[in-house]
Amino acid sequence: MAYSDKVIDHYNNPRNVGTLDKSKANVGTGLVGAPECGDVMRLQIEVDENQVITDAKFKTFGCGSAIASSSLATEWLKGKTVDEALSIDNMEIVEELALPPVKIHCSVLAEDAIKSAINDYRVKNGLPALELNNSHH
Amino acid sequence: MLTLPIYLDNNATTPLDPRVLDAMLPYMTTMFGNAASRNHAFGWQAEEAVDYAREQIASLINCSPKEIIFTSGATESDNLALKGVFEMYASKGNHIITATTEHKAVLDACKHIEKLGGKVTYLPVNAEGLIDLQELEAAITDKTILIAIMYANNEVGVIQPVREISKIAKKNGILFFTDATQAVGKIPVDVEADGIDLMAFSAHKMYGPKGVGALYVRRKNPRVKVTAQMDGGGHERGMRSGTLNVPGIVGLGKACELAKQEMEADTARISAMRDRLEKELLTLEESYVNGSREHRLPHVSNISFKYVEGEGLMMGVKDLAVSSGSACTSASLEPSYVLKALGLSDDLAHSSLRFGLSRFTTDEEIDFAINHVKEAVTKLREMSPLWEMFKEGIDLNSIEWAEH
Ligand SMILES: Cc1ncc(COP(=O)(O)O)c(C=O)c1O
Ligand code: FES
Repeated sequence: MAYSDKVIDHYNNPRNVGTLDKSKANVGTGLVGAPECGDVMRLQIEVDENQVITDAKFKTFGCGSAIASSSLATEWLKGKTVDEALSIDNMEIVEELALPPVKIHCSVLAEDAIKSAINDYRVKNGLPALELNNSHH
Repeated sequence: MLTLPIYLDNNATTPLDPRVLDAMLPYMTTMFGNAASRNHAFGWQAEEAVDYAREQIASLINCSPKEIIFTSGATESDNLALKGVFEMYASKGNHIITATTEHKAVLDACKHIEKLGGKVTYLPVNAEGLIDLQELEAAITDKTILIAIMYANNEVGVIQPVREISKIAKKNGILFFTDATQAVGKIPVDVEADGIDLMAFSAHKMYGPKGVGALYVRRKNPRVKVTAQMDGGGHERGMRSGTLNVPGIVGLGKACELAKQEMEADTARISAMRDRLEKELLTLEESYVNGSREHRLPHVSNISFKYVEGEGLMMGVKDLAVSSGSACTSASLEPSYVLKALGLSDDLAHSSLRFGLSRFTTDEEIDFAINHVKEAVTKLREMSPLWEMFKEGIDLNSIEWAEH
């Protein structure tokens, strides 16, 4: 399988690999996927009092496209408000990384991880969890 | 100087030995005759070359040259053996015993036979990849006509107890067929001592050309026959029609001759490199050799690196040409059925690499491979949430995974 230059770049130089303190109230953690499926993504956001995401970290067990999708997601998340982050669509990731059709599910996983991290943050801060009806492509 | 990527996928195919190419070339240019042309020198030359190749092959596997049927490769030989015996011995029975770790060519030919009304028993293997001889005996019925168990497995290199299997077959008056594609030319294979009735093998796994192989069919004690699966001019004693691939056959013959001469020295050198590679890679935590290490081909090592994903790993070892137990190309992953048959969980099967060394592998290449794999595994683990959880002592089975 030929990977795009952008996927290779994120794979070789992943941005924001790491772990945030998940016990903090302003940190949201999303853990999606399953080991048997061959992909597990953990994405974390740290949010300031203005609802702006100041930091984002990921760790991914998965193929190069899954690693690149989550790495790219953390780049995009930083500086966005939580509401803005909610509108990140997996197809934007597909386009940016030039993922082939068989790798679309890797981007879906990244979108799921973002939403799941935001929900974790919301629930921790007394907000209702959002319905994650997956409108994936 | 190392040339990248380094080829360590010699169970998939081997490079052509230059000496084999030299032997083949004249039969592609000036000596192009049809081995079945009886009326002129071109035909005689070709026939002579084919007969010489038969002798070279027979000498490697200890059979008579007359017992070699040339085919297009092991896939065809597997099909001819299974379907040919099923048809030829229909009046004796319709039951075949094989194993779950066989090559697809055997398994799918068996599936085909089942559609034709045949009965097939697929024996399981243990964690080492070996079949249980008692289970084999227990599976035999009065309708059993064939036992089809491979000599050595292509994914893990595990060698089955061929002599014990053939004894059981003989005792019960059943034919024994073995797919020896991975074994012939690599370890001593002797159809007499091993008690083999039919045997498939292929040139391109032993430094010969692609598209040519053979089926050994015993002619004495007992005399075995297979029904042709390719109708035509009645070549190869009527068992396989089609103009012989003379240059390919010459290549297979030469490859067998070289294997016989060099097997001992090759094995000593290659297995020392394989053992070094394996020892070094096992210094990585949570890495495991798949299949028996005792009953194994000398040039193969299949290792799982827990907590890294197969495809990501393949990308990390891009300077090596190796195979992985993973086939993650879509949302539905299908890990290697061979590794699953050995009892590996899906994630361990996905995170496996198969290293296959050859006559042409060098120590320098192995040094490079060791470092490259260690770096990739370490890097991917630093990126892996599963590795982090493992290191924190979290039981991954205790987590409710959100399957997608
Ligand atoms: C055990 C085994 N059987 C059969 C085959 C098929 O051989 P060929 O490529 O010659 O058809 C292979 C090679 O992939 C093999 O490893
Ligand atoms: S994680 Fe399975 S293909 Fe990307």
